[in-house]
Amino acid sequence: MTDTIETPTAAPKSRFAKFWDSDFAWSFRHSPVAIIASLVVIVLALAAIFAPLIAPYNPFDPATLNLMNGFTPPRTPNAFTQETFLMGTDDQGRDVFSTILYGMRISLFVGVSAVLLAMIIGVILGLMAAYFGGWTETIIMRIADVQLTFPAILVAMLIFGIAKGVTPPEYRNEMAIYVLIIAIALSDWVQFARVVRGAALVEKNKEYVQAARLIGRGSIPIMFRHILPNVLSPVLVIATISLALAIIAEATLSFLGVGAPPTQPSLGTLIRIGQGFLFSGEWWILFFPACTLLALALSVNLLGDWLRDALNPKLR
Amino acid sequence: MFAYIVRRMFQSVIVLLVVGLVAFSMFRFVGDPIDNMLGQERTQADIDRLRSELGLDQPFPVQYFKFLQGAVQGNFGVSYRQGRPVSTIIAERAPATLELAFVSGVLAITLGIALGVFTAIRRQGVAANVIMTVSLIGVSLPTFLIGILLIYIFSVELDLLPSFGRGETVMIGNWSTGFLTTSGLKALILPAITLGLYQMTLIMRLVRSEMLEVMRADYVRFARARGLSDRVINFRHALKNTLVPVITITGLQLGSIIAFAIITETVFQWPGVGLLFINAIQFVDIPVMAAYLMLISVMFVTINLIVDLLYYAIDPRLRVDARAT
Amino acid sequence: MSLLTINDLTVEFPTRRQLFTAVDHVDLSVEPGEIHGLVGESGAGKSTIGAAIMGLLDRPGRIASGTIKLSGEQISGLDAEAMRGLRGKKISMIFQDPLTSLNPLFTVREQLVETIQAHLGGSDAEANKRARDLIDRVGIPDPDTRLDQYPHQFSGGMRQRVVIALALCTEPDVIIADEPTTALDVSVQAQILDLIKELATERQVGVILITHDMGVIADTTDKVTVMYAGKVVETGPTSQVMGRPSHEYTKSLIAAVPRPTLKLHRFPQISYGGRETRFAIEDMARHWPKVDNDTSKPVFEIRDLTKKFLQRKGLLPWDRTYFTAVDQVSFDIRAGEVFGVVGESGSGKSTVARMIAGLYPVDGGTITFEGQVVSDLKNRAALDAYRKNIQMIFQDPYSSLNPRMRVDDIVAEPIRHHRLMDGADIKRRVDELLDQVGLGHEAGLKYPHEFSGGQRQRISIARALATQPRFLICDEPTSALDVSIQAQILNILKDLQEHLGLTLLFISHDLPVVRQMCDRVAVMKQGKVVELQETNSLFANPQTEYASELLRLMPRLDDLSTEGLSAEG
Repeated sequence: MTDTIETPTAAPKSRFAKFWDSDFAWSFRHSPVAIIASLVVIVLALAAIFAPLIAPYNPFDPATLNLMNGFTPPRTPNAFTQETFLMGTDDQGRDVFSTILYGMRISLFVGVSAVLLAMIIGVILGLMAAYFGGWTETIIMRIADVQLTFPAILVAMLIFGIAKGVTPPEYRNEMAIYVLIIAIALSDWVQFARVVRGAALVEKNKEYVQAARLIGRGSIPIMFRHILPNVLSPVLVIATISLALAIIAEATLSFLGVGAPPTQPSLGTLIRIGQGFLFSGEWWILFFPACTLLALALSVNLLGDWLRDALNPKLR
Repeated sequence: MFAYIVRRMFQSVIVLLVVGLVAFSMFRFVGDPIDNMLGQERTQADIDRLRSELGLDQPFPVQYFKFLQGAVQGNFGVSYRQGRPVSTIIAERAPATLELAFVSGVLAITLGIALGVFTAIRRQGVAANVIMTVSLIGVSLPTFLIGILLIYIFSVELDLLPSFGRGETVMIGNWSTGFLTTSGLKALILPAITLGLYQMTLIMRLVRSEMLEVMRADYVRFARARGLSDRVINFRHALKNTLVPVITITGLQLGSIIAFAIITETVFQWPGVGLLFINAIQFVDIPVMAAYLMLISVMFVTINLIVDLLYYAIDPRLRVDARAT
Repeated sequence: MSLLTINDLTVEFPTRRQLFTAVDHVDLSVEPGEIHGLVGESGAGKSTIGAAIMGLLDRPGRIASGTIKLSGEQISGLDAEAMRGLRGKKISMIFQDPLTSLNPLFTVREQLVETIQAHLGGSDAEANKRARDLIDRVGIPDPDTRLDQYPHQFSGGMRQRVVIALALCTEPDVIIADEPTTALDVSVQAQILDLIKELATERQVGVILITHDMGVIADTTDKVTVMYAGKVVETGPTSQVMGRPSHEYTKSLIAAVPRPTLKLHRFPQISYGGRETRFAIEDMARHWPKVDNDTSKPVFEIRDLTKKFLQRKGLLPWDRTYFTAVDQVSFDIRAGEVFGVVGESGSGKSTVARMIAGLYPVDGGTITFEGQVVSDLKNRAALDAYRKNIQMIFQDPYSSLNPRMRVDDIVAEPIRHHRLMDGADIKRRVDELLDQVGLGHEAGLKYPHEFSGGQRQRISIARALATQPRFLICDEPTSALDVSIQAQILNILKDLQEHLGLTLLFISHDLPVVRQMCDRVAVMKQGKVVELQETNSLFANPQTEYASELLRLMPRLDDLSTEGLSAEG
């Protein structure tokens, strides 16, 4: 075969057209699961972001609360006030639909922030470990190994417990959300660091990195300009799966009472509250938050699953 | 062989020392033990006396050494909340957690590996795809929701199984077991499923993806080219090679069973160390937290050591240190 | 009746964009005891034929038409179970890479015995005896001990012998060998090919030998089929096809093979199937800074160069063991020459190149560039000044370009780093370079994956020339390329040396290529330079036993047609 240059026959395609025609976009267009999952995620995320506009009540404004409305079943008029609620009300007369919207806001905020923080820490440490090797690598990966032996949820609990001991009681509720973010992020960075290190070790030995070193580029440009763009696809997959895990971890911690405080209830806190009423027949207080949590975690997981297959062509 | 084990043990000891340092730092710096132990009416003399009694006036390394000394002997001090020695409290509660973890661990590993192999071999099959989709729901369903769901169905609606507690227990020496009574066994079913289900799905998905990876390897293609049967290729060649990475991760998963026991124990009010720990966190009962941390790290380190030995038994590349000729 | 007959075979791979025809109406037949070569460049469809015969086509490939018959019985289209009975029993296969063909967790004995029993049944004792005989037959010394060892305890050549033993387990009629020696060193390659030849004659096995290497074909096969883009272009007895090729493609393919005996001025360009791309050396020479190459003075003086790699890590110094990759190597490189370093894998030749390039720190000895010691430079400015003058062309065109960077950014990176120009000047310079290496400046807007291997190597060359260096290190620059592309790239390198006065360090394991390219050659073995001579006298009159052995094992290629070649004047 002789070396020939393809002469461009058609006019150059726009960036979007190129992307639309790529294998990645193609596999998305042909996966109903991926399309539905991403739609669910988008709808839920928008609902959470615009909760104050959508929610019929502000569950945190005591002025709008009426204890008489307590325990109203879904779509049935309350015996005293004749008000109807889409998903019923809880013991304090809060509209369950509104609390879910606000709760999802907190769940998503904690989940996304924790994953971003974990990603930044993990990617930087993973790149450093792979690129510098030697002592840097030994120290970073030993810490990662030790931490990995401890399950994320336990690490998060410990951090939460320590933070609770350190912060003065009057700030505890205010700080709780941020402590939660840091606790989840610190328990999750190891995944990113390991994946990035593994991928970067492969990339580091490729000749384009040596070519860049030969030109004289320093460590930082090589790590971030050359290696990082080539290890991003596994990072993206881990980030998606981690988001589902972080949402679940947040819900679990809040359920156990070591997460979001009752003044700022997340989905997990709502389930914790609802659990007490399940056996007395007020099923809706638990049922709707639980379904929302499942829908959120499941669609993020489905997206992550699809993403992993789409970005790893040899699996197809 | 010997050098390998010694190196591993050495690493384990370092891990324990580091965890010990974390636990000790919690003692020392999180909250003031004096505050916790003395009431509102206290004198400076009381404080000083307690301070020297607890050894808090000594230099940091000496305190750390004393803490380690105590830890090795199982002495973690007195619970702030219950006022009893931590070691006694934990000894009472450990059997409940260990029995629960054992049953769900066995459940997770056997079912997880079997289903993982099945879904990998019948990759294109309907059953395998259904299992994979259901497993994704399993991964997305938080443990506590599974527990609540099971309680609702089997305890509230069907009234078949108890929704909380351990049922009747029998004491064998210092060990209280629920294995020997009907009510104990019945009480174990729901918590064990709750705890095992999530781990099972994780192990299953892991086994499947590792096995698919191995099935693409050249030696599997070559085995096929030699005309070996699918059964030999799947269960002899592919499965054995899959086990090497699976063992590592399964070891880690077993560790997390102990941690996830905290959640299960909360949902089912199971009187184990997990429930103890979660209460300790809520009340900032530092000695209990520190002891729990040390206890499970000893367990994790032991599990890891076993994993390393298994690894060694399976992979000849670790065993033979000879150069190729 | 032939042993294996392929009639009008077509194999298709439906993809989402198009239907790709990998094998296009191919006929082929193999007689007992015959070695039939299947030769062609990458993408010619030769391996697909092998997979089709075995019934092991990768998804979504399928046989669209034609039949495959073994001893008169049709085997294409058999169901999976019947095909499994044939595989290993009637037809066996040998793969390219012996490192990955064997399961690392089973001993050689276990893998042999399971194969024997799967097809012949029989008692354990019989199977074990057979396994031992086979291991002995394929020339593995001390079979009783080696049977119970694991694959990782065998070297590459020995592993390939184990693979052959496995393929022979049940006395197959046909063996398909897919690039069986490509991953091996020359000396081992010769032994494995001899073994295959012996076995074919002795057992009357028909062998299909798939390879891209004309030397292997000329030395080993009885008949040969030349393929191009899925089609057979020529077939016949090897001596006829190689000596008097009739098809244009075969002619140009043979002409592009570097000869060990005949030094050419330039390689003939293959003109089959596409148009040639021009390398505009004159344009480049006009802008190139004039260098005065005083050939009497060395550019590089290498003295006692040593490199050790950590073999076993250990916390304590006495716990570590080192492997000496380069052991007190000394040589000079003269201005304007092409200096070759040859050796087998593990000889340390690439390590030497990387130390000169400054990619590996030096553990002992010195490197002096134009009178200045550069092996211990720490000062950034001095290092940059040195780096501007030396550039490197790497072996693998698929990994030497960052897949996430646009081609113009790749070529501009050295200019930007050394701050040689700015803004519009950089763009103009990059466009010029891409034009000059024959890609055209439009190439700058694309990403590396849109180019073929040869085109990528041209991008590498453009990047290497961006800083107008004086010294170019070529580390096996063509070993990953097809022979026709190799000819083009080697011509470009020759031009660079001639017209721009560049000095080249040329690393290769391929003696005929070295013969064509280099003025002087150093032969390396186990980290040491064992012989250093003018190229012509080395090939005519090697001084050491090792060099003569390497030359002896080199494919002779005497039978190859010399049509279109002219010796250097």
